[in-house]
Amino acid sequence: MPQSQETSGPIDAWKETTLQPTDITHPDYFHKIVDCQWACPAHTPVPEYIRLIAAGRYADAYLVNWKSNVFPGILGRTCDRPCEPACRRGRVEADPVAICRLKRVAADYKGDITPLLPRPPAVKSGKRVACVGTGPASLTVARDLAAAGHAVTVFDREGKAGGFIRFQIPRFRLPEAVIDEEVGYVLNLGVEARLGEPITSLKALLAEGYDAVFIGCGAPRGRDLDVPGRKEAASHIHIGIDWLASVSFGHVKAIGKRVIVLGGGNTAMDCCRSARRLGGEEVRVVVRSGFEEMKASPWEKEDAMREDIPILNYLAPKSVVHENGTLTGMTFERVRAEYDAAGRRSLVPTGEPDEFIAADDVLVAIGQENAFPWIERDAGIAFERNGLPVLDPVTLQSTHPLVFFGGDAAFGPKNIIWAAAHGHQAAMSIDLLLHGKDLHDRPPPEVTLVSQKMGIHSWSYDNAVSIDLRYKVPHIEKGQALRDITTEVELGFDIDLAFKEAQRCLNCDVQTVFSAKLCIECDACVDICPVDCITFTKNGEEAELRTRLNAPAHHLEQALYIADGLKTGRIMAKDEDVCLHCGMCAERCPTGAWDMQRFLIDMAQVGARSSALAL
Amino acid sequence: MSFLPKPKLHHPELATNDIGFTRRDYEGAISTLCAGCGHDSISAAIIRACYELSLPPHRIAKLSGIGCSSKTPTYFLGAAHGFNSVHGRMPSVATGAYLANRELIYLGVSGDGDSASIGLGQFAHALRRGINMTYIVENNGVYGLTKGQFSATSDRGSTSKKGATNTDAAIDLVGLALQLGATFVARSFSGDKAQLVPLIKAALQHPGAAFIDCISPCVQFNNHVGSTKSFDYIREHNEAVNRLDYITGRSEITADYAPGEIEVVVQHDGGVLRLRKLATDYDPHDRTSALRYLQERTVAGEIVTGLLYVDPEPENLHQRLNTVATPLNALEDRLLCPGSAMLETLNAALR
Repeated sequence: MPQSQETSGPIDAWKETTLQPTDITHPDYFHKIVDCQWACPAHTPVPEYIRLIAAGRYADAYLVNWKSNVFPGILGRTCDRPCEPACRRGRVEADPVAICRLKRVAADYKGDITPLLPRPPAVKSGKRVACVGTGPASLTVARDLAAAGHAVTVFDREGKAGGFIRFQIPRFRLPEAVIDEEVGYVLNLGVEARLGEPITSLKALLAEGYDAVFIGCGAPRGRDLDVPGRKEAASHIHIGIDWLASVSFGHVKAIGKRVIVLGGGNTAMDCCRSARRLGGEEVRVVVRSGFEEMKASPWEKEDAMREDIPILNYLAPKSVVHENGTLTGMTFERVRAEYDAAGRRSLVPTGEPDEFIAADDVLVAIGQENAFPWIERDAGIAFERNGLPVLDPVTLQSTHPLVFFGGDAAFGPKNIIWAAAHGHQAAMSIDLLLHGKDLHDRPPPEVTLVSQKMGIHSWSYDNAVSIDLRYKVPHIEKGQALRDITTEVELGFDIDLAFKEAQRCLNCDVQTVFSAKLCIECDACVDICPVDCITFTKNGEEAELRTRLNAPAHHLEQALYIADGLKTGRIMAKDEDVCLHCGMCAERCPTGAWDMQRFLIDMAQVGARSSALAL
Repeated sequence: MSFLPKPKLHHPELATNDIGFTRRDYEGAISTLCAGCGHDSISAAIIRACYELSLPPHRIAKLSGIGCSSKTPTYFLGAAHGFNSVHGRMPSVATGAYLANRELIYLGVSGDGDSASIGLGQFAHALRRGINMTYIVENNGVYGLTKGQFSATSDRGSTSKKGATNTDAAIDLVGLALQLGATFVARSFSGDKAQLVPLIKAALQHPGAAFIDCISPCVQFNNHVGSTKSFDYIREHNEAVNRLDYITGRSEITADYAPGEIEVVVQHDGGVLRLRKLATDYDPHDRTSALRYLQERTVAGEIVTGLLYVDPEPENLHQRLNTVATPLNALEDRLLCPGSAMLETLNAALR
């Protein structure tokens, strides 16, 4: 009778409340462990392309990206990077892997990939689809559907395709050549581009007999300021996104020496940095909220401050000060944040004297709104009270069965990667519609799980864990950067830095797969695990079990991998949270009960199976 | 063996002990033993015990002989002193080191070949002299390094991996240690750290000769059906006489057990052993009855584990020799050498 083990208590007593073994065959289980890919709206297989970069296979890395997110070169410079806060590296070390800038490396060093791209299919479906706008959402729809043989026409009121990407993101962050290239890859699939043709009526468009219409016209209206003096001094007050577009077109080439930028989002950051390059010497960003709560990405705030732009917080605009219509500055009321019992914030005046900031120009970047003046009220599209269309959240179909929305036009201002994700879903819906199928009967992702074992202790991935800290992307010298608004500030990683940064990736897609029937409970995996994430113990309720694992496991959103069927009646519980995927458990396992298996999940796309992109 | 070192990154909430070290700071180089070797679990248990006791690694001397077990000091306490001696001669080196410097914490790691065959005499004398050390035998009952011959602790009637039956009687190191006067004797199992870690902690703090026979399955050559040192066999036949908690400082004793179930043993240095009795009739302070109990249970086919004997007031070699409190290696020549006049007097007295 074994007494020495922890199993001396009756196991059966726990049966009612104990954890069930983990179903690792569910596609979501291992997908969630690849935190970056799970967090990416387009579910780009991040570790997969980072390994390709480390291997010097830049073109392949680019194509993995291109398939998922359509604009690797653009996103590699401008993405909002939801993957990086999710990166496991940030939980076991100081900073996440520089995923976004590695994506740019793939784009920078890929060479000529045009022979590897799909060609317009010879067999056409005979169906016609119109896309309104040529931003990232529309172009994603166009790419997916054109590659599947549908005839796609994209419309834009401007003479060039790209939408927000082309006209609102400044050139010093995103060179036009990159836009031309990646927009070109889409249009070259046989997409008809009707540029300089504003759509003024949805009904008229539908009357042209399209089989489906996708609306990806963005959130084109910048929110205005409503304070005394606004109208009188109008000639020196500009709406941020319109001003950025005018700069992009070359209509605006200068600004006053003293500039106030209102707003705390990324558009405000683009405005202030553009102003610095057009003659602004004293450029200040003023936000109502606290610095920490600003919507702008932390790195964009850093970039602005590095260019000598102070960010002043807790100042609410009160009035525009002018002398006979000539702007002289603005006054602000000092506020502070107060939180109610529910944690809701309100900004209340502190009672201190108002602050006056002198200025020659004011840029207003306090938000964007959706506007669909060209959609007739009786066109069959229902709208919510906030002005957004009523949509099926999965299919993105509006109340008109042939009309779909995506990107900022669908749910308000988000970002490029969300637009691409919407584009894929809308394209999938439209393709199902054109084939007369149920829009909710969506194909599942393709999943592969393959052992990486090459020899007794060698793996087909580089399982050594780098201890390097995050590498910084080199920037061009500040003086040079500020002289010309088209000079790109970030130089991108060179190949050597890219390799070192790529090696920081923990290969979270190479999964630890456990087989209880092979396990002899020798503890070798428990002893070697550098992060103490494996425990053999008595089963129990999850909350209670988490308290008696070998290391704290408080991140409830991170799964415990549970396996039963061990000889002693215990369970194997692995906290997935901090696993380094180093493969040490598998190396030290005498029976092969642990194996390292590469998990690749390919989200379903229109026509993905037939494309030349299977790598 | 693994080719890569264990990754340096650790759990973000890895705790530190009273002297500011994490458990990872007590590690050594990565093991070159076979994957799954019981010895690696014992190394992990030693690491944990030293960490939990907040022992300064540089005050520990780890000594070993030859064999798989004797390689292991490389794999723990990388910042401690180490001496990898001749086969079976670890106890002599330990004795010399202990005489020269009584202030270090001595940890001898040996195996069944090193201690029960070539070094049996050395083993015996280290224990009977009362060397203040922790002597761990990583006992796998097989010569793993030479591919699976029976060792002196292989049980009569057990079979080798190739199928041969052992016809010789086994040496029971625990029985020997009890007879020879060791003042702390325990047996444990590499696959049960909940039992092993407190035993190692108590042994390290025991101010006398402490011996732990730790059964440690050889996954490569002695983990088959017919072996009496396999994971399965040990788990099936393991009979623990008690569970031990080692506590530094008396204040932590809490009365969460029924009376009679718990025995509290206060060690010489103030450390507290809290013994939870599993075999109610077992008394860990009676050498004679311990020997009898062990022999009876062995005949019944059981493997008795736990703290088998402890003398809370042990006597060690320095006490018996009445040496000065200052370590000999710290004394000046003037004090160590009595001078020629004193030598003359001494010689004259003996003529």
